[in-house]
Amino acid sequence: MPLKYHIPIKSVPSRFYPVPKNILLESEENCLHCARCVKELCPYDAYGQRYIDPISGFDTINNLCKDCFRCVQGCIQGTISKVPNPEYQDLGDSYWTPQIISTTWYQAETGRIPVSGAGYGGPFRGPGFDAIWTDMSEIVRPTRDGIHGREYISTTISLGRKPLFLSLDEQGQMAMPTFPRLELPLPVLLSQPMLATDKPAVRLAIIKAARVLGTVVLLPRDQLPGNWLDQALYLVPQYPARALDLDDPCLGQVQAVELDDYPEVTTAIERLKGRYPEVIVSIKLAADAGLASRCEVLAGAGAEVLHISADDHAQGQGAAQDQHLKDLIRQVHLHLVETALRDGVTLIASGGVALAEHVAKAIICGVDGVAVDLPLMIALECRLCHRCLQGQSCPVDLEHLDPERGAQRLINLMGAWNNQLLEVLGAMGIREVRRLRGEIGRAMFFEELERETFAPLFALGTGQESTERRDS
Amino acid sequence: MSGLARVIPLITEVTPETGPAVVHTPTRFRQPLSKYRVVRDNQRCSRCGRCVEVCPYGVHSWAGSYLRPPQSYRCIGFKCQEQPFYCVAQCPEQALSLELDPNYGTLGDRRWTNDLLLSTWWMAEWGNLPQGDLEYRIGDSGGGFDKLRFLFPTQPRDFKLSHAEISLDLELNRRADGRPQVRLSVPFYGGGMSFGSVSLNTMLARAEAAARWNTLTCTGEGGYPEALTAYDDYMITQVATGLFGVREETIQRVRVVEFKYAQGAKPGLGGHLLGEKVTAAVARMRESVPGHSLFSPFPFHSVYSVEDHKKHVDWIKEINPHALIAVKVSTPTDVDMVAVGSYYAGAHIIHLDGSYGGTGAAPDIAKKNIAMPIEYAIPKVHQFLRNEGIRDRVTLIASGGLRTAFDVAKAIALGADGVVTGTSEMVALDCTRCNSCEGGRGCPRGIATTYPELSETLPVSYGANRISNMYHAWVWQLKEILRRLGLQSIRELVGRTDFLVHLDYYDLPVEDDLRRGA
Repeated sequence: MPLKYHIPIKSVPSRFYPVPKNILLESEENCLHCARCVKELCPYDAYGQRYIDPISGFDTINNLCKDCFRCVQGCIQGTISKVPNPEYQDLGDSYWTPQIISTTWYQAETGRIPVSGAGYGGPFRGPGFDAIWTDMSEIVRPTRDGIHGREYISTTISLGRKPLFLSLDEQGQMAMPTFPRLELPLPVLLSQPMLATDKPAVRLAIIKAARVLGTVVLLPRDQLPGNWLDQALYLVPQYPARALDLDDPCLGQVQAVELDDYPEVTTAIERLKGRYPEVIVSIKLAADAGLASRCEVLAGAGAEVLHISADDHAQGQGAAQDQHLKDLIRQVHLHLVETALRDGVTLIASGGVALAEHVAKAIICGVDGVAVDLPLMIALECRLCHRCLQGQSCPVDLEHLDPERGAQRLINLMGAWNNQLLEVLGAMGIREVRRLRGEIGRAMFFEELERETFAPLFALGTGQESTERRDS
Repeated sequence: MSGLARVIPLITEVTPETGPAVVHTPTRFRQPLSKYRVVRDNQRCSRCGRCVEVCPYGVHSWAGSYLRPPQSYRCIGFKCQEQPFYCVAQCPEQALSLELDPNYGTLGDRRWTNDLLLSTWWMAEWGNLPQGDLEYRIGDSGGGFDKLRFLFPTQPRDFKLSHAEISLDLELNRRADGRPQVRLSVPFYGGGMSFGSVSLNTMLARAEAAARWNTLTCTGEGGYPEALTAYDDYMITQVATGLFGVREETIQRVRVVEFKYAQGAKPGLGGHLLGEKVTAAVARMRESVPGHSLFSPFPFHSVYSVEDHKKHVDWIKEINPHALIAVKVSTPTDVDMVAVGSYYAGAHIIHLDGSYGGTGAAPDIAKKNIAMPIEYAIPKVHQFLRNEGIRDRVTLIASGGLRTAFDVAKAIALGADGVVTGTSEMVALDCTRCNSCEGGRGCPRGIATTYPELSETLPVSYGANRISNMYHAWVWQLKEILRRLGLQSIRELVGRTDFLVHLDYYDLPVEDDLRRGA
């Protein structure tokens, strides 16, 4: 059994108070000044621990309050109320919701799996990844208890080309070329988010985190730090189309590089592999129309890693912008399976991977691993306000981030994600993440459940116009 | 230990018309939460009492010569503006105003909306449907139960049918295997909540309500406190993977024993009680050490096949020759196979627990993503058991995200025989769904906690009344639904999807509000 992968979690309090979901309003008007104010009876002593910052006026009561409403209901005069916080509701956008941002903050701070009681409170289903449920096992199939460490579940994946069969010579020795391979102990690559461009402290934090996690960072060649040579094993420099210079000193040091796809990229791969056979070459493709056939061409031409890149909302690009990443992954995976190329090549996906469950679901749809970008920013307390892009000041002062603490927050986030992945794998009884790849039989898709269950019951006998809506 | 005072169970015959009497039980917290707020300007008010005279809903009232602050939660809201008794317009001093309560927007979530919480609290206090415009039937999840509607015939099929003639009885033993029959007077019973996750007072309150309605409630996996002895006939005890507190004596006490293979709150994962909630009393009951987190493994490491499962069932049947066996499973892709296997292993009751429900603390990723919603699992299993020719020989129970009497009726129309309820009982006990059940001292509202200073805020009789009142409102709704469909028994509703429409496939307006057209 391989040595158990362990991510070192350490709590790192946030530098700024997280934006609270609700706000407590207190009115002095009508206050009777009761001998024993309801605020003294707070079960969490939130009023006792409260601190009001003298300069900013920030009141920690909203971060301490658990929304139990006891003081709201207890005050005779009704002077206390709780209202939704508009600042919280404005966080992020339609995809990067306030819930995603705040749960990411929590995981980055504590490294813990978010746990709560009283059932699920969200919508029945959503678009994209939220239209998939994962399977579990009971009675007839064993589960695995990965999370408490009693049974080992491997989350290791490897990047690089795999031979489809072995050929041995008469002496039983390998009679075939071997390919370079890069093993990652978790199915997640870090990708420098666009928002981190020109933020050296953020970049440093990401590289430090990759080093501890044992994974790699994808980042543009021109963003490599000055001391890149010390970190070369953890860096995957990215080159825009036609920008690869074979004399670049990096190429002899790093384990992998990534090239943006362009029509003649296969020639570039050949030249690169001719000179640096030990470097793994990844091709980054925009998740555009024709993605699957392009992947077939590249896989046939010897590309080792194919990186499918969707937009920040996990939607395809160009003509495929109405398609979700999960569907694009399924198309590519299936096409490569049908053309007998799938096992030779590593597939990764990026864009809109926001939660631990997205990692598992993307893998179920057919990739080997994912590259994660924006959650790294959020883990460093970014509020996705995009003020920096307009040259305005950062509300969480990311320029002055301590890279060491930042790195630990990223490690915490990945630790929490990996443990959640173990929960999902354990529930299915799958003992290694590589076996999850393309296992759509271990997932339930909203559209299929509707078609199999509700459509036969409810789409019949209600007139023509209704049956047409079955697939909408 | 005043909060732990023993209540003598009120085991009366449940009368078919009304069931146990409603005991008006206002919330134990001073101000009820509310959708609307009626504000009285005391500087302007001349205390003429006009508002007390006009309001038929009792928002305004005298306490002797003192005019009480308005009881806003009784107000029917802005739609009152059209009424002749609208207090704001009637006040000669213009001292009154009506607004949306500022707290209203903070309450609830997509599944349990603020309206659902407020209407459940209303039912727990009064035992009937809320007045005004509170939505008491569905949430805002945008799928499943929230998109299903009952299609009542415009001409009632049988005007003469009265609630007294309608039966909600549910028989749990359909195997005809010589074991006793357990007949419940309502088609729902309480789900498992362990001692430790909830307080003893909460357990006693649930048991008392179950006894009043001749139904059952479940100990969960955390031992069977002696204080529940008086309710043994109304208890299910659970055998779960950790076997915490399971002994031969506990199994022999009850009429139904439940195997918990999985639970909807965390399908595929084991139970977890955080160390902070393991007080001395909890540790004693579970034979563990105070302050140490307790994990139930997943799965039963002795069950990897239907044959193993049968061995388990046989073991319990041997220990208690009079008990019925329930098997609680979650909803994987092959839930139909699991159900069939459980039947052949000898189970009387197959309890499907869908993914969105549960009261226990669970990883958010599991609650949201693992296993299928119960709405799909019920028809899938119902059909499969029918094709297998064994549907009539097993009782199919559904749970996992059922919040209202309408959810109960929909689950039965989809193919279940009955349902299990959990969260709605917690809401009846004043839960606001703040989701802080798991950590620290647990529930700030004294429900899911073992700390005496918190749990004693919930007296047993208070809790029993609140749950019983909510059952009262549910029973009325279920009977009214059956009456409008012209059915005499809840048994006739099982699998009748033709009474339901799904809004994705149905474009005409549907109105199933029981407050209209009664």
